[in-house]
Amino acid sequence: MAAYVVRRLILMVALLFVLTAAVFVLFTLLPGDPARLTCGKACSAQTIEANRHRLGYDQPILTQYEEFLSGLFVGRTFSADSPEPIVCNAPCLGYSFTRHEQVLTLIAKAAPTTFWLAIGAFIMWIITGISLGIFAALNHGHWPDRLVMGISLVGYSLPSFFIGLVLIFFVVIKWSWLPFPSYVSPFDNPFQFLQTMILPWIVLAVLNTAFYMRLTRNQVLETLNEDYVRTARAKGLPERTVVVKHALRAGLTPLVTAAGMDLAYLLGGAIITESIFNLPGLGALAVSSVLESDLPLITGITLVTSTVIIVANLVVDLLYAVIDPRVRLA
Amino acid sequence: MVCLIILIAFYLIGIFGPVIAGMYGISPYTLDSNAISDFAGRPVADFGGITPAHPLGVEWGTGRDIFAQLLFGLRISLIISTTATLITVTIGVLIGIIAGYARGITDNLLGRLMDLILAFPFLLIVLALSGVLTDRLTELGVPEGNASRVLYLILVMSFFGWPYLARIVRGQVLSLRECEFVEAAVSMGAGRRRILFTEILPNLWAPILVYATLTLPSYIGLEAALSFLGVSVIPPDTTFGAMLAQSVTYFNVVPTYLFIPGTVLVILVVSFNLFGDSLRDALDPKGGH
Repeated sequence: MAAYVVRRLILMVALLFVLTAAVFVLFTLLPGDPARLTCGKACSAQTIEANRHRLGYDQPILTQYEEFLSGLFVGRTFSADSPEPIVCNAPCLGYSFTRHEQVLTLIAKAAPTTFWLAIGAFIMWIITGISLGIFAALNHGHWPDRLVMGISLVGYSLPSFFIGLVLIFFVVIKWSWLPFPSYVSPFDNPFQFLQTMILPWIVLAVLNTAFYMRLTRNQVLETLNEDYVRTARAKGLPERTVVVKHALRAGLTPLVTAAGMDLAYLLGGAIITESIFNLPGLGALAVSSVLESDLPLITGITLVTSTVIIVANLVVDLLYAVIDPRVRLA
Repeated sequence: MVCLIILIAFYLIGIFGPVIAGMYGISPYTLDSNAISDFAGRPVADFGGITPAHPLGVEWGTGRDIFAQLLFGLRISLIISTTATLITVTIGVLIGIIAGYARGITDNLLGRLMDLILAFPFLLIVLALSGVLTDRLTELGVPEGNASRVLYLILVMSFFGWPYLARIVRGQVLSLRECEFVEAAVSMGAGRRRILFTEILPNLWAPILVYATLTLPSYIGLEAALSFLGVSVIPPDTTFGAMLAQSVTYFNVVPTYLFIPGTVLVILVVSFNLFGDSLRDALDPKGGH
């Protein structure tokens, strides 16, 4: 086990390293002159040149990449030769000159919103998805099964922004059951927080619930057909024990992988849901960074979100190896 | 099989959309100032300006016909999703077969490449690169404007989509290559290309077909989401997502702007998913629960 963990860790670090390089190269393709983007339209050529130098855009790309990497580990200082240097402590993801703030600070500000959004939706869809999936599997072939599968198919096909807009139209505008969403921290005003988050949670949960109903149903049905379940029945165990202890336990393990990865993707920011409901999370930050051509911020967000995904991948694999003894650690 | 008929109908409408619009005497590009009032450009008739001349209403402010926009939007949507699916499947199958059959270093490298591509926040990258890459395509000689945008979408969707299928194909090939008929072919001195494409590939068509029919609707949804965010085609052309994005401004006054394109989009995607599902049930004996 230990050897496996070490091997996977080394591989992960290598992948992260390649990722930083890929992201860095990818974003140097962005609008011709990054220095031009650091200030508005009425910018003099002098200021642009000054900014270019301050940001290090006048250096060869390899040097820029080196500085970026070393910034991650030991921090770096922008415009070191000016009277007011900007110190960016490790891990330094860069400095957004459009917003005059460090990229890491901006991300840290947006992260809680995305975190709550993801966690709430996750709990919702895991509970409804898995219970409806089990329900369908146990009623296999009868009308409850067909009904659940039908709902799942439609839910799966609904584009998230359409669900979001329809919900806003009815719940907020037509029936005025809820005020227009405006995000607050759950610690400041828990009631308004719930009022704001309930619709986005539903939107994100609908899509995933549909998927998890289907996955759960198929998994449980598959294990119900296994020999050991037949054995358990044959030796006279009550149906309840057979289903809960034998079928569900084995049937639901594969869900861990899917759930972990889906949660990780959500933690990277739900771009569409956040923009429909005006939530100031990572997804919304990403969109505005793109609109403002804020190069350091885009790079930073891309790196952070893909790191989350890669780390989640590792965690899920390890977790899976612990839960399912059949997994070969080779 | 109802869904198959609906799908064929959608494709026919997509292909003959301009003809239908022409016969009806409407066009998505014609501004109809008679259909909107002088005050704030609000459609004159109720429900977003539904009249015999404009069966689904007109756009706020310009008076462009919604039905015609839908016809042309469906066309663009289908062109993007169908082409992207074909490219995705081609690359996915090719790389999947190579990775599965070659094993060893090649397989490992391709596997890590797939990991890397899958780790990228797809939507964010598509948004971030849209401006630059669209310009690059124009520089390369693709007609400026929406042609470049459509091509860009097709290319990025395919680029980020193939690893999923490649993984499935690789898994299948790993077990197929140990089968006796492959061994037989090898012992008869068949070349590698013959083994890959004449012996192994025909055994894969069922999962590939199922995957393709399920990828297509997801691409339709993806294109809608991207055009909702403003990455896809720009006016005067439009697609489902762009129409929905526009509806946001007016839907408290004119709900049909939201519900008409939304419903058509949902019907289209549901039929595709239904079709893919029944195809899977028919082709995969294990999936027949």
